[in-house]
Amino acid sequence: MNRPESLTELFVAFARLALQGFGGVLAVAQRELVERLNWLSKEEFVEMLAIAQVLPGPNVVNLSLMVGDRFFGTRGAIAALAGMLAVPAVIVLALAAAYGELSQHPMAVNALRGMGAVSAGLVLATGIKLLPALKQNPMGRWTALGLALAAFVLIGLLRWPLVTVLAVVGGGGMALAWRKLR
Amino acid sequence: MSLPFDFGSLFLHFLVLSPMSIGGAITTVPEMHRYLVVQNGWLSETEFTTSIALAQAAPGPNILFVAVLGWNVAGLAGAATAMAGIMLPSSLLTLSATRWARANREHIAVRAFAVGMMPLTLGLIIATGWLLALPFLRADDHRWGTLALIAVTVVLTLKTRLGLVWMVLGGGVLGTLGFV
Repeated sequence: MNRPESLTELFVAFARLALQGFGGVLAVAQRELVERLNWLSKEEFVEMLAIAQVLPGPNVVNLSLMVGDRFFGTRGAIAALAGMLAVPAVIVLALAAAYGELSQHPMAVNALRGMGAVSAGLVLATGIKLLPALKQNPMGRWTALGLALAAFVLIGLLRWPLVTVLAVVGGGGMALAWRKLR
Repeated sequence: MSLPFDFGSLFLHFLVLSPMSIGGAITTVPEMHRYLVVQNGWLSETEFTTSIALAQAAPGPNILFVAVLGWNVAGLAGAATAMAGIMLPSSLLTLSATRWARANREHIAVRAFAVGMMPLTLGLIIATGWLLALPFLRADDHRWGTLALIAVTVVLTLKTRLGLVWMVLGGGVLGTLGFV
């Protein structure tokens, strides 16, 4: 495992990954933090994401705070968060200011559709790529995979509210894990 | 029927929504809509919808749609006010919760949480990808081309180390050329 040398490195890493994230940053965060920089293992990434997910706030923003805090405390959290938000904020506000113009061009609309389809594929691939992190789960591989499948069906197909799924699948998973770990 | 704008009220509204935004600020969109469009009339329906679509398409975390909403209400100061409101409570909570969890790493409740939540987290990621893909699969135009593009993206991400940004730009080019 590597670690960032300085606050600047942390800021730049998060700015870099945020700028690659069209339509969401999760896929890029996994690629950069786990595969390229090697700051987190696959298992650590999923664990942190689990916490980031149940807390209020955007999961990738929470993740940046957690990663920054882990390496450099509060200053690190601020540097990572600033990296994540500063440059993309300038870009998105510039786009908002120019939107009246842009929306007149069908080319821009078509390009956005193509980019949207790719970002859907990226998120799907990220989920599939992280599934092996369940292999070493103390609940057992098949129980863990079954719970993941249940979460997918309840949220993706049946459209249950997130809070209910957190209670049922998250709560159920924690109860099972508790019994195994005792 | 537009009410006069005031920064304090905007800040407070987003401050209150922040701790409720489990699963991301996107889950509180219906409430933002009620407040900004219906109750106060600070934004039109179209302004509200395009603000969100724009932030989704731009690089960076999707939370920036809150900045665009604030921008369309009251310019740069509006963007800063809305972002500060939505970020402050959830960020402070995240920091204190992570530190507590790290200090009590060996506690069985923390271990059970980490282990037990993992499957849910992965199921959620795949469900998110699925829900993002769904509108493309439902549209009559370009359905097969778009489906193929999504499938190719999944395979390239799993099997190669091609930079993700190139795939997104490639999707933009294919869209412009009319293939998807």
